[in-house]
Amino acid sequence: MAGMTHVLDPDALSDGARLLPAPVDPFSDVTRSDAAFRAFLHGLPGVDQVGAESRVAMLGTRSIKTTAKAWAIDTAISMVDLTTLEGSDTPGKVRSLAAKARRPDPGDLNTPPVAAVCVYGDLAGVARQALGNSGIHVAAVATAFPSGRASRAIKIADVKDAVANGADEIDMVIDRGAFLAGRYLDVYDEIVAVKEACGTAHLKVILETGELVTLDNVRRASWLAMLAGGDFIKTSTGKIAPAATLPVCLVMLEAVRDFRAQTGTQIGVKPAGGIRTTQDAMKHLVLVNETAGPDWLSPHWFRFGASSLLNDLLLQRQKLRTGHYSGPDYVTVD
Amino acid sequence: MTTAPPSPAKPNLFEYAPAPESRSIVDIKPSYGLFIDGEFVDGTGEAFKTVNPATEEVLTEVSSGSVADVDRAVAAARRAFTRVWGPMRPADRGKYLFRIARLLQERAREFAVLESLDNGKPIRESRDVDIPLAAAHFFYHAGWADKLDFAGLGPNPRPLGVAGQVIPWNFPMLMLAWKVAPALATGNTVVLKPAETTPLTALLFAEICQQADLPPGVVNIVTGAGETGRAVVEHGDVDKVAFTGSTEVGKSIARAVAGTRKSLTLELGGKAANIVFDDAPIDQAVEGIVQGIFFNQGHVCCAGSRLLVQENIHDEVIASLQRRIGTLRVGDPLDKNTDIGAINSAEQLARIRELSDIGEAEGAVRWQPECVLPDRGFWFPPTVFTDVSPAHRIARDEVFGPVLSVLTFRTPDEAVAKANNTTYGLSAGIWTEKGSRILKIANQLRAGVVWANTFNKFDPTSPFGGYKQSGYGREGGRHGLTGYLKGATHS
Repeated sequence: MAGMTHVLDPDALSDGARLLPAPVDPFSDVTRSDAAFRAFLHGLPGVDQVGAESRVAMLGTRSIKTTAKAWAIDTAISMVDLTTLEGSDTPGKVRSLAAKARRPDPGDLNTPPVAAVCVYGDLAGVARQALGNSGIHVAAVATAFPSGRASRAIKIADVKDAVANGADEIDMVIDRGAFLAGRYLDVYDEIVAVKEACGTAHLKVILETGELVTLDNVRRASWLAMLAGGDFIKTSTGKIAPAATLPVCLVMLEAVRDFRAQTGTQIGVKPAGGIRTTQDAMKHLVLVNETAGPDWLSPHWFRFGASSLLNDLLLQRQKLRTGHYSGPDYVTVD
Repeated sequence: MTTAPPSPAKPNLFEYAPAPESRSIVDIKPSYGLFIDGEFVDGTGEAFKTVNPATEEVLTEVSSGSVADVDRAVAAARRAFTRVWGPMRPADRGKYLFRIARLLQERAREFAVLESLDNGKPIRESRDVDIPLAAAHFFYHAGWADKLDFAGLGPNPRPLGVAGQVIPWNFPMLMLAWKVAPALATGNTVVLKPAETTPLTALLFAEICQQADLPPGVVNIVTGAGETGRAVVEHGDVDKVAFTGSTEVGKSIARAVAGTRKSLTLELGGKAANIVFDDAPIDQAVEGIVQGIFFNQGHVCCAGSRLLVQENIHDEVIASLQRRIGTLRVGDPLDKNTDIGAINSAEQLARIRELSDIGEAEGAVRWQPECVLPDRGFWFPPTVFTDVSPAHRIARDEVFGPVLSVLTFRTPDEAVAKANNTTYGLSAGIWTEKGSRILKIANQLRAGVVWANTFNKFDPTSPFGGYKQSGYGREGGRHGLTGYLKGATHS
């Protein structure tokens, strides 16, 4: 099944392929004051929850078969941020995960590697060393993940520490308390500060949509994060239920689509948490394809924050190749 | 906000592979007779062919009911009404309806595939909308059968007798359910004439009636063209006429029935306004516009064929709409990923083409996405006309196809005036995040159904019907029962 890898862009994760965000001209004045920013965010078109849910339900009926399925499985594997975010994480666990990231299926070397390994900042160095020059990125969560309840100085130090340890990507959390209290400019300023602390590292901004609750809030937070310079907007920490849901992902994809149309700057999207099956991944890819469009169908612009998803993708990939299902012992635990 | 021009088209990496629903589940016989008095019999009229509009393949040959055949069908229905169905305990009538509903669910895939083959609609719609809703109508009305005394329709509502029902080709099985379920639940018997181009699911329904052991004569199905329909409508022993179809035919039926004892309900054409205010949830409104006009290829009497968009968001909405229409998948109705199927007949395709050409000739601007249409069969791409004025024919005439006319308004009053400026009055849509505006505007619209922040949503509990030339009477809900009952008074 050598044909399954042809879709992957070999430069997909190289630094040279990265687009640096351009200044967001049409909106440069909306953050001039709290009132102006609030007026802007509240002036975004509302989201009708019933309509958003029925749209994703309809897209959920798309039937992805044969060649399209093979392409989608490989693409999904290449978009995985293979994640471990536990208090019990050890260097051994991270090294084991890094090995899995490089070679997800030891039985089929044509299987593409994943996009990144995602760990806490203190283990970024271990991941960096284990991944070497594989091209797989090290992503580190920072800014007092997952609650974000710490002073800004602590959050910035957390980011700098992770970058110093070798993180290519920083997954920050927004201050949901400030957002829900209506202090949008505080949230914005913090993202700007974190972005600066990132240096050349990519910044993913976690909205924690399970705590923002309404789709109107998701749209406002998405715009806020994009205007502040986030390279990616990410749904969740994975520590709060519900984590990534399809309606939330729909609204975020609409936001990046509209943002590019109006600023020329393309922002990535990362649903994280709760995506466990190949079918879940297929539904997300269909959503990307028919909402933001095929330009987002690459690891540059779309990621899955997941741990168990990868093994289900591998099992489905084996099924397509061999014609029969195997079982959990035919893929590795890490 | 302004919108940047869309980026140049790139090849789509994620091209969905064909995902066809298998047609092996249906067993189409080489020819079909009429279903009279519980049996299939040959019609005495000239047989006609029904084709798959997606391929022009002849599916089968179907008997045509003559005046004599209709007479036999009405006589069977009268016997069944007098001897069996009328006197039956209402709870037992309910049992038959529940049985039919369950059988429809059990054989849903068969019905869906057959409907898509004969009608041309996408399997996604026949599978997810037409057939489940048809079953839901039988379930809903089954529940009413033994509760009519308590429906608030008067102390002792009685059935009318024999109902002659003529249904259209756009939702063949669903329209059958809208007609047959309330008639049977209220104790009437029926003679139903399906549309000439889509008789097959009605004939499969006849098999369901046999399978359910429905007493002979309670449901009779007489296939044929306009002449057969006329014979049903004009038959002297029919007590009730129910018709769904064009306003032109509806008018001739009203004339034929005038002066007789027959009661009549008509569900006719429409030219619905779908009103989008500047505070609407734009992404969902765009979905609703698409759903409103491209659902079932626009072959929908309540289609949102006139988009009334507030002028200050016109460009933004049209840009979003065009981008969204670009993602619609037109093609094989049996492919599970198809969004828009085939036009039902060559005749309808000719009408859509004619009205679209007139639209252009009168000065409206036609827009169609790039899309490759199959070589054979009847196809028309999704189409949007902008710069439409209320005087243009595409703003006034029912196209009954995937053709949207876009008009603008400046104020709520102007929106209402333009929305009501039609000889029809079947449905309308309102898109705004402001609840108070929804309530105010809905009260001012002269349309039987008003959807708010959604469109083309149907439910058996909700009455459906029109104002003005969209017809009279209601179908569905408690209101729909009155059309089949004597002495029913609404409270």
